Amino acid sequence: MTSTPSKRSRASKNGHVKQGDSGSLRRWNLRLYVAGQTPRSITAFQNLKNICEEYLKGQYHIEVVDLMENPTLARGDQILAVPTLVRKLPQPIRKIIGDLSDTERVLVGLDIQPR
Amino acid sequence: MTKTNRRNRSNNVAGLQKERTGIPGFDEITGGGVPAGRPSLVCGSAGAGKTLFAMEFLVRGSLLYDEPGVFVSFEETGEELATNVASLGFDVKQLIADKKLILEYVFIERSEIEETGEYDLEGLFLRLGYAIDQIGAKRVVLDTLEALFSALPNEAIIRAELRRLFRWLKEKGVTAVITCERGEGTLTRYGLEEYVADCVILLDNRVQNQISTRRMRIIKYRGTSHGTNEYPFIIDENGFNVLPITSLGLNHKAPTERISTGVERLDRMLGGEGFYRASSILVSGTAGTGKSTIAAHFVDAACRRGERALFFAFEESQDQIIRNMRSIGIDLEKYVKPGFLQFKNARPSNFGLEVHLALIHKTIAEYEPSIVVVDPVTNFLAVGDQIDTKSMLTRLIDFLKTHQITAMFTSLTGSTTEVEDSEVGVSSLMDTWLLVKNIESNGERNRGLYILKARGIGHSNQVREFMLTEHGIELIDAYVGTDGVLMGSARSAQAAREKAAMLDREQMRQHKQRELQRKQALYEAQLVALRGQYETQRDAILREIEEDQRRESVAATQRVEMARLRHADMKVEVEGNGARKSRKGTAER
Repeated sequence: MTSTPSKRSRASKNGHVKQGDSGSLRRWNLRLYVAGQTPRSITAFQNLKNICEEYLKGQYHIEVVDLMENPTLARGDQILAVPTLVRKLPQPIRKIIGDLSDTERVLVGLDIQPR
Repeated sequence: MTKTNRRNRSNNVAGLQKERTGIPGFDEITGGGVPAGRPSLVCGSAGAGKTLFAMEFLVRGSLLYDEPGVFVSFEETGEELATNVASLGFDVKQLIADKKLILEYVFIERSEIEETGEYDLEGLFLRLGYAIDQIGAKRVVLDTLEALFSALPNEAIIRAELRRLFRWLKEKGVTAVITCERGEGTLTRYGLEEYVADCVILLDNRVQNQISTRRMRIIKYRGTSHGTNEYPFIIDENGFNVLPITSLGLNHKAPTERISTGVERLDRMLGGEGFYRASSILVSGTAGTGKSTIAAHFVDAACRRGERALFFAFEESQDQIIRNMRSIGIDLEKYVKPGFLQFKNARPSNFGLEVHLALIHKTIAEYEPSIVVVDPVTNFLAVGDQIDTKSMLTRLIDFLKTHQITAMFTSLTGSTTEVEDSEVGVSSLMDTWLLVKNIESNGERNRGLYILKARGIGHSNQVREFMLTEHGIELIDAYVGTDGVLMGSARSAQAAREKAAMLDREQMRQHKQRELQRKQALYEAQLVALRGQYETQRDAILREIEEDQRRESVAATQRVEMARLRHADMKVEVEGNGARKSRKGTAER
């Protein structure tokens, strides 16, 4: 837990964390909206990373948006609940709310696994 | 949790501050508006006017009280909202440009959303908080918050978050209006009234006899007294308009000023000066008796004095009234242009009673007339029953009196009903009641006018014949004889007869005068003759007396002479009592 904040803060400052091989065929563009560094935000980020590493290794791109710092960004993706994960690519846009602790549903939500 | 919340709230209620909404009428019935710094709930079924109420709360707040507002819409986009209220004269886009209003459109599509684990609605809080801070908003609208329930699957989270939201809004110190759909048998579909316990407003749109009437009721308002009745409201080109028109009480002033009826003879029948200002006048009569004409005269007189008149016509169009009145020499048109006279023509069936009343109120408030004519009130019976109509008219009369407006109502009585029965049953509310009646006799129909009552005015109890001439109404004394009231040709005949009789009487008088003169001359002649006689007789009598005296003195002298001759020794009183002398003398003889 103590090591994560430094990682997270880097993520939020840069606006995104680049992971994996950029030359992949399938590109997963994911954006995670959080509100401050709450335990729930951290859990969500870790859950997301774990899932991505396991299922989308080398094909994903995660952007973390902290609404505490940029409240205006909530408007664009119509964010109400936090944490919200938005799949920007591939289209269509999908939204997954919650701390992403239910891996099964995250996979369904991201269309990685068929419903 | 809820219980403690409520207790805290009610503790804070002491010295409740209110925030004016600026919605006409609403601030009056709530005694100052919605509770300041607290959320209020506006509930109602679809189309009841919730969104408009909320929008007006913001727009008027920023325009009238310089309080910026945030409108969070869960249903309509900002563009849609702006377009919707633009028709009501609100330039929302300008307000947004001036940073006085923010439209925040919150959209959630359930099908797009997958729920995985725990979450909260901090995103909404942040968005709202950011918007509030951006323009320093004092007012917030959440329309319709219940959209959350259909958008997000976890009701428990929503409820917890809403409770937090309301608390948060209070901490922010913003006055919030939250709209809610009305549920089956409950105020709101998801029981939100449980969270917002300070002020609950119910909007309603009911249809009765195919006429819909919008009504508003303050269901709950903690810590303050408020009107509990249903108040009708209208949504027109100026937006929301609530009408606090249930009971205004009987404490209006009663001025002693009198104003002309416009008919000189009628003024004279009313103690020479006409009606009291701010009184209400009923003109009742059967069809075609000239009720509207009396009203037109009244309007004409008011406009001539330079006062403003408002004519509510429920039967004729403005042009028709002007044309018809011109035929009897009253030109109402010349008053319309300079703004002394305004017509409001509508069919009674266009709206419900309450809306009519509301519109009348509104027009009066805008135009500020000093006299009002409602022609005829009986047409309201087409819209409501007698009780409703009477109640509505009572409130109208109260309203007019409070505003010191003189009002004339015409009432059409059916030919079969009792003439003195004003169908609407409002006669008891009226101060002055004129009755125009068709009187049928000798094969013709004539109009008669009575004053049935005139509170506080010594008035004529006579029937006047009422004629419509080229120069307006003329009132003529009617003849009351053994055959009843004589009017029309019968009156003319009677007048002719009276004239003949008068001539006769005049001749008789002259004749008597002459006779008197003759008699006087006669008596005077007799008097002279008698005086002559008297004087003659008096002279004769005087002469006799004189003769007697002379004879007496001669006799006395003779007696003395005789006594001297007889040498009588008796003492002779030459002077003294002549009577004794003469007696003695007589005795001696």
